[in-house]
Amino acid sequence: MGKLYKFLKYSFITIWTVFVVAPFLWALTTSFKDFNSVNGGATYIPWVDFEPKLEGWKVLIKSPANGGVDIIEPYFNSLFVTCTASLISIVLGTLSAYALSRFTFKAGFVKNNDITFFFISQRIMPPIVLSIPFFLFLGAIDLLDSLIGLIVVYIVLLMPIAVWIMVDFFNKVPREIDETALIDGCNPYQAFFKVVLPNSIPGLIVAGMFCIIFGWIDFFFAFILTFTEVQLLPVKIVALNSSITPWWSLSASALVSVAPLIVVAFIVERYLSKGNLSGAIK
Amino acid sequence: MNFKHKYVFLFPGLFVLIGILIFPIIFVVRLSLSGWNSYNGLNFIGLENYIRLFTDDPRFWQSFFRLSFLSVTTVVLQYVIGFALAHMVWKDIKFQRFFRVLFLIPMMTTPVIMTVIWRTFFHESLGPVNDILSNFGMSPKWLTDPTLAKITVIIVEVWQWTPFMFLLLLAGLLSLPKEPFLAAAIDGASPVRKFIYVTFPLMAPISIGAIIIRLIEASKIMDTVYVLTSGGPGTSTETSSFYIFIKGLREFQMGYAASMSFTYLIIMIISLTFIAKGLTKLLLKD
Repeated sequence: MGKLYKFLKYSFITIWTVFVVAPFLWALTTSFKDFNSVNGGATYIPWVDFEPKLEGWKVLIKSPANGGVDIIEPYFNSLFVTCTASLISIVLGTLSAYALSRFTFKAGFVKNNDITFFFISQRIMPPIVLSIPFFLFLGAIDLLDSLIGLIVVYIVLLMPIAVWIMVDFFNKVPREIDETALIDGCNPYQAFFKVVLPNSIPGLIVAGMFCIIFGWIDFFFAFILTFTEVQLLPVKIVALNSSITPWWSLSASALVSVAPLIVVAFIVERYLSKGNLSGAIK
Repeated sequence: MNFKHKYVFLFPGLFVLIGILIFPIIFVVRLSLSGWNSYNGLNFIGLENYIRLFTDDPRFWQSFFRLSFLSVTTVVLQYVIGFALAHMVWKDIKFQRFFRVLFLIPMMTTPVIMTVIWRTFFHESLGPVNDILSNFGMSPKWLTDPTLAKITVIIVEVWQWTPFMFLLLLAGLLSLPKEPFLAAAIDGASPVRKFIYVTFPLMAPISIGAIIIRLIEASKIMDTVYVLTSGGPGTSTETSSFYIFIKGLREFQMGYAASMSFTYLIIMIISLTFIAKGLTKLLLKD
């Protein structure tokens, strides 16, 4: 390999690394600033450029009555909605994916591939198309501004991902293992739960991670379908942005909200290295 | 296998999805044929909304072309950068795991929240970008100049979503068979030739899949625009979704917004199908 290639490669990686890290570093320094050190122009290094304060972080745990932001409740709302919707999507999606991978369906011109496509195609639907009917529909059954309403909507967002990943995963699990289980006297459900499922844990983890990512990062539906009773984290933080923008607490809350998903990045990378994602995108 | 059991596996998921979606979808179609106000509710007005959309609303079509421009540009950039990065950390590099995890992180972060940070980052007088550029006597208006605002949106979208492309392409690279590379090595092919004749053709199907997936997701750009520029300055970063949002949920012209969203959905499905076919023809010559 040429030296030039190596040089270009490492320069490119360095530049991209700086680009990826820059907003995080900026948020981290900003979170320790106060009014004076923000409004005096951009500063970077604590103690040298500005005197670090803990104001931005303290505000997060104060109650709103004392001028705090209270992101704890939205945090748990977000966690609850994301995890519940992901769990339901994974359970239902895995069952459907197993059926689509192992059995043949035929109803007129509709075959397995068409059903799989129907599931996955829900991702094509622009959120805005669904938002207006969901807004009116949830309003009609009194689920607007509630956790349950959001979970229902998130299932539509997440189940396609679960089906997409799991169909491909089951296609790679050899059919012989369920056939052997059936010959050994299991019924189809025992074969699925006792034999196939334990062999599919990597697939389930990858699918679960993707559901959690796409549930956690949604803003649009939470923004349109909730108002005051229930607030999710992204909506809460963006609402901070519209007021007089206290950059320090904004940065601190952004970092807090981003933190749990960093763990997810490690898990995704681990399963990626083992080659478990490869089938999912063909 | 027993024939009744298969339905027990398939139906719960299928019916839950259909159950949640069927009323909203029928309702969008019905609503798009109606006028809407709070005291009359729905009143049937036939195709009037569609006639207005096709003959009397250049803003919708402008927002649509803007969306096409933004999503195609960002996806092309993401593909090129994502492929380069995936290829670089594919093998023989120091700190391989570190770089792989690092390059994945932006896609795990909530777009709107990071966009809030980007807004402070690109702030015209207090942000670090202009602080550095001011040393060279420049102070670009990242968020208030029509052209620059588009570029800012593209930068943020590329930062956010290149990792997804990177993930899909790296997963693809890791699943490639070893034999073609051995053959190329025996023939003494240079790295460039190896890439053009071996890696890239083998990656073609995966590339198509990844590009289509990203185009689908990119066409939904809305969060970023909402926080970064609110479609502004003027309408220079307004995308279709955002325009429909303004009409439907700000001005409460629900019927008209529904007709726009239905039209938009149909256009999206048709154009994505064509793009998928075109890419397949282009990249898979045999």
